[in-house]
Amino acid sequence: MSDQLSVVFGALADPTRRAILARLAGGDLSVAELAAPFAVSQPAISRHLKVLEGAGLISRTRRATARLSHLRARPLRDATEWLVGYREYWEESYLRLDALLASLQATSRVLPPERNKEQDR
Amino acid sequence: MNATEITVEPGVPFVDVVREFDAPRDLVFRAHTEPELLVQWLGPRKYQMIVDRWEPRDGGGWRYIHRDADGNDWGFHGVFHGTPTPDDMVQTFEFEGAPGHVSLNSLRLEERDGRTIAHVHAVFQSVEARDANVAGGMADGMTEGYQRLDELIVRLAAPVN
Repeated sequence: MSDQLSVVFGALADPTRRAILARLAGGDLSVAELAAPFAVSQPAISRHLKVLEGAGLISRTRRATARLSHLRARPLRDATEWLVGYREYWEESYLRLDALLASLQATSRVLPPERNKEQDR
Repeated sequence: MNATEITVEPGVPFVDVVREFDAPRDLVFRAHTEPELLVQWLGPRKYQMIVDRWEPRDGGGWRYIHRDADGNDWGFHGVFHGTPTPDDMVQTFEFEGAPGHVSLNSLRLEERDGRTIAHVHAVFQSVEARDANVAGGMADGMTEGYQRLDELIVRLAAPVN
């Protein structure tokens, strides 16, 4: 795993930062707007934004006096692609196990005479 | 199709997998302990699965290899801790591409109305080791599954209640 991915996961490890990302998915917001629903101060939100910016998860621009935060999807996508690889490994393995278990159960079962006849043909 | 539920929590070095099977518990257990059955399901179909060593008893060793079409080998090995039972199959797990990063994996099979729910709990030495080990050897599966990716993005970004 790349260092960048570790930084992304580190940034995502905090529930407040994940909530910030979820809100930015709806559009760019200022620090004051981001701080409003949380029981934390604007400086605390700024610190979280700095971590998110360091991970490349957001970019920040100025509009007049407000500094806006913007969600950047790419690092999040890298992080989730990593998870998808693991998921696919297990999902494919377990689909194969389903098929194996079904065939093991079919061969151990005593088949009714008609089914046996059909199989003999 | 039964859903595979994978939980990878940020900040803790665990991976939890829960999966239901339409088969009695002893059969699911056999599929996990008998090497001739194991090779028929473990790992993606595109890899040839080779069991080098498989000693499912207390202190017994295990090693298997996933071989791709170009002949590249991805080896994994470890040791069984305690003689495996359907209630508790504990083994260490090491991807040979990341030597020294050892995880402790346990499997518990729960029978419910003739069906079986498998609970896998993997404990890594650190969050970083979990991430590195899980990513190793799995990278080429990553380009698929973009539909699920969007759902994952939403889930990852969602606040924890």
